[in-house]
Amino acid sequence: MTTDNTVRTSPGPTLAGPPPPGSDVFLRINDLRIQFKTDDGIVKAVDGLSFGLGRGKTLGIVGESGSGKSVTSLGILGLHRGRGRNADVTGEIWLDGEELISTPQERVRQLRGQKMAMIFQDPLTSMHPYYSIGTQIVEAYRVHNAVSKKVARRRAIEMLGRVGIPRPERRVDDYPHEFSGGMRQRAMIAMALVCNPELLIADEPTTALDVTVQAQILDLIRDLQGEFGSAVIIITHDLGVVAELADDILVMYGGKCVEYGPADELFWRPEHPYTWGLLSSMPRVDRDVRDRLVPIKGSPPSLINLPRGCAFHPRCPYSERDGIPCRSVVPELAGEQQHLVACHLPAAQRRRIFSDDIAPAL
Amino acid sequence: MFRYIIRRLIAGVITLLVVTLVTFGIFFMVPKLTGTDPALLYTGKQTDKVAIEGARKKMGLDKPVIEQYGLFVKGLVVGRDYDDGPDKTHCPAPCFGYSFKNQFNVWQRMLSDLPVTASLAVGAAVIWLILGVGAGIISALRKGRAIDRAVMTGALAGVSLPIYFTGLLSASIFVYTLNWLPSPGYSPFLQNPLTWAQGLILPWITLAFLFAATYARLTRATMLETLSEDYIRTARAKGLRERTVIGKHALRSTLTPITTVFGLDLGALLGGAVLTETVFNLNGLGKDAVLAISTSDLPVILGVTMFAAFFIVLANLIVDVLYGVIDPRVRLA
Ligand SMILES: Nc1ncnc2c1ncn2[C@@H]1O[C@H](COP(=O)(O)OP(=O)(O)O)[C@@H](O)[C@H]1O
Ligand code: SF4
Ligand SMILES: [Mg+2]
Repeated sequence: MTTDNTVRTSPGPTLAGPPPPGSDVFLRINDLRIQFKTDDGIVKAVDGLSFGLGRGKTLGIVGESGSGKSVTSLGILGLHRGRGRNADVTGEIWLDGEELISTPQERVRQLRGQKMAMIFQDPLTSMHPYYSIGTQIVEAYRVHNAVSKKVARRRAIEMLGRVGIPRPERRVDDYPHEFSGGMRQRAMIAMALVCNPELLIADEPTTALDVTVQAQILDLIRDLQGEFGSAVIIITHDLGVVAELADDILVMYGGKCVEYGPADELFWRPEHPYTWGLLSSMPRVDRDVRDRLVPIKGSPPSLINLPRGCAFHPRCPYSERDGIPCRSVVPELAGEQQHLVACHLPAAQRRRIFSDDIAPAL
Repeated sequence: MFRYIIRRLIAGVITLLVVTLVTFGIFFMVPKLTGTDPALLYTGKQTDKVAIEGARKKMGLDKPVIEQYGLFVKGLVVGRDYDDGPDKTHCPAPCFGYSFKNQFNVWQRMLSDLPVTASLAVGAAVIWLILGVGAGIISALRKGRAIDRAVMTGALAGVSLPIYFTGLLSASIFVYTLNWLPSPGYSPFLQNPLTWAQGLILPWITLAFLFAATYARLTRATMLETLSEDYIRTARAKGLRERTVIGKHALRSTLTPITTVFGLDLGALLGGAVLTETVFNLNGLGKDAVLAISTSDLPVILGVTMFAAFFIVLANLIVDVLYGVIDPRVRLA
C-alpha cells in the first residue's frame, strides 16, 4: 500500500482548481457541497468535502449511515442534477482534467457509465426486474459504443464470465430474480465495468449480501481493479473492509470529513474520537471476545440541524475536555503531512489517548 | 408460460360456470320473491289459464330447478328445443332463451347490439388511454408545477362529475348550440367510418373523460413511485439518455398496474356502458339491460349479465397472460 504524495492535497475551503498538469491525480474534489431543499428544511448532506484520488488507486469512504456517503458518490456521477431534483451542488469535481459541476449535463451523461461507473448496495432493487441481465448489460455497453446487439451480447457474456458467473452464455438471458444475491452483485459489477471505466464507485457493495459472499465480492473488486486499472472509491461503514483494500481512507461524519489519511496510518494510528468509535464497534478477526464490541453511543446527527461546533460533540467522551471549544467552534481539518484530523484535542493528546486508552481495548 | 396460460384458462372457465349458477339462481329467486310468475311475464297480462300453462311447459318452467339449470347450460353449449307439441322452436347454441316481452332471441339481440357497445367502449378506451396516461406522465415529470396542478384539477373534475351531467352538457354545447357535431348515434363502421366516428365522438369523449381522470391519477402516482426506484438510478448511472430512462425503464414499470386496470375496465364496458348508452340514446347492451330490468324481462337480464361476466373473465385472462409477458417474476408463480 503505497501512497503517492502528489495525490492528496490539503483540503481547504478555497477552490484549489484543477490538479497541476502532469500529476497523476485522476479525480479531485474541492469543497463539494450538496444540499437538498425539503419541507423540513435544508439538508446539508455534504458540507465542504475535498479529496483526491490517483489513477488506479483506491479510496475508502467510511461512516455510519446518513453521513452523506451515497450523496457524495451520486454527486460525483452528476446524478443530483436534472429537472425536478431538489439538490443544490457547489464546489469542483475534476475528473481527468474536466470540471464536472460546470460541465453541461449532456457531457456528464456521456461520461457516466463510460469513464465513471457505479455499483450499488442492493443488487436486487438496483436492476430492472423486467429486463434480463444480458439486456441490461447490452444496453449499458451500447449507449457508449456504436456496436451491433450481437457484438454487445458477446461482450456481455464475456464480462459475466470475467466476474465469475458460471456458464455465462446461458445465464445471460436470466432475469435478476433468477440470480442469487452474490451472483447478482457480480452481474452488477460486470455491468459497471462493461465500458472499461477509469473510475469505479462501489457504494456499500457487500452490505446487502450474505457474510459468506461478502469476502468474495471484495476479492473480485480487488482483482478486477488490478486487471482494469480503474481508480476505485469504496464506500462502507466497515472500517475493516477498507483497511485492507484501500490506499487512503476518508472518515465522514455529518456530511463532513473528520479524518483523512493513508489507510495504514488511519487504521493503526487513528486520531479522531469518531474513528476510534468506529474501530471499537467493529468486529475484528483477531478479537474473539465479541462482547468487547462497543457501539458508539447516541445516533448520527440530523443533517438539517447539525449540532453547533463539532458535530460529534453530543456523542464524544472527550468533548470540552480541558476547556477545548467543542460545542461552539467547528474544528478545522488539519494535520501534519498526509494525516488530517478535525478535532480540537491537541495532536499529542490524541495520540496519547489512542495508545493508552483505546488501542489496548481493541 | 404455457402452463401458466392453461392454468388461467381453466380458472376462467370455472369462474364462468359459477357465474351461470349464481345468475340462474337469481333468475329463479327473483320471481319467487316478487311473487310474479315467469310464465305470466311471458304471456303478458293474460288470464287464459291454458295459454299460461302452455307457456310454462314450452319454456320448461314446470320442471325442477336443477333440471332447468341443466337445460340452460345445455342450451348454452349445444342449443335446445322449446317444445310444446306442434309449436316447436329450435334455439341454436349458445341459447340464452327468448325475451319474455318481445319474443326475440336473446343471443341474436346481444350479437346485433354488441357492435354498438364495442364501438363505444373501444373508441373511448383509445382516447382515455392516450389522454390519461399521457397527462399522468407529464404530471409526474412536472410534479408540483402549474401543469401538474391543472391536470390533477381536471382529473378531480373527471372523477366527480357524473356522466349524465358532462354528457348532456357537451351535447348541448357541441351539438345543439355550436352545431359542430351531428346528434350522437350509431351507424355501422363498415357502412361509413366517418359517420360512425362523428356519431360516436361525443359519447367517446364523455366516457373517456371519466376514465382518463382515473388513469391520469394512477399513472402519476405509479410513475412517481417508479422514478424513486433504485433501478431508475442505475439506468441513469449507466449514462442512458433521460428519454430512455423515462420512456423505457420507468414507463415499462408504470404500465404494469395500468394494464390490469385497463383490462378490467374494458371488459366491464364491453358488457354494457349503461349510463352512456342511456344518456346518448345508443341501442347497445347497456340499454338492453336497462330496458330488461325495468320490464322484468328475465331472459334478457340473464343473457346480458352472462355476457358481461364473460367479457370480464376474458379480460382477466388476457390481463393475467399479459402480466406474465410484462413481469418475468409472475411466470414462476
Ligand atoms: N434527494 C434527497 N432529498 C433530501 N434528502 C436527501 C436526499 N438524498 C439524501 N438525503 C439525505 O442526505 C443524508 C445523507 O444520505 P446518504 O448520503 O444516503 O447517507 P449514507 O452515508 O448512509 O450513504 C440522509 O439524511 C438523507 O436523508
Ligand atoms: S472536537 Fe471535541 S467533540 Fe469533536 S471530536 Fe474532538 S474532542 Fe470530540
Ligand atoms: Mg448509503
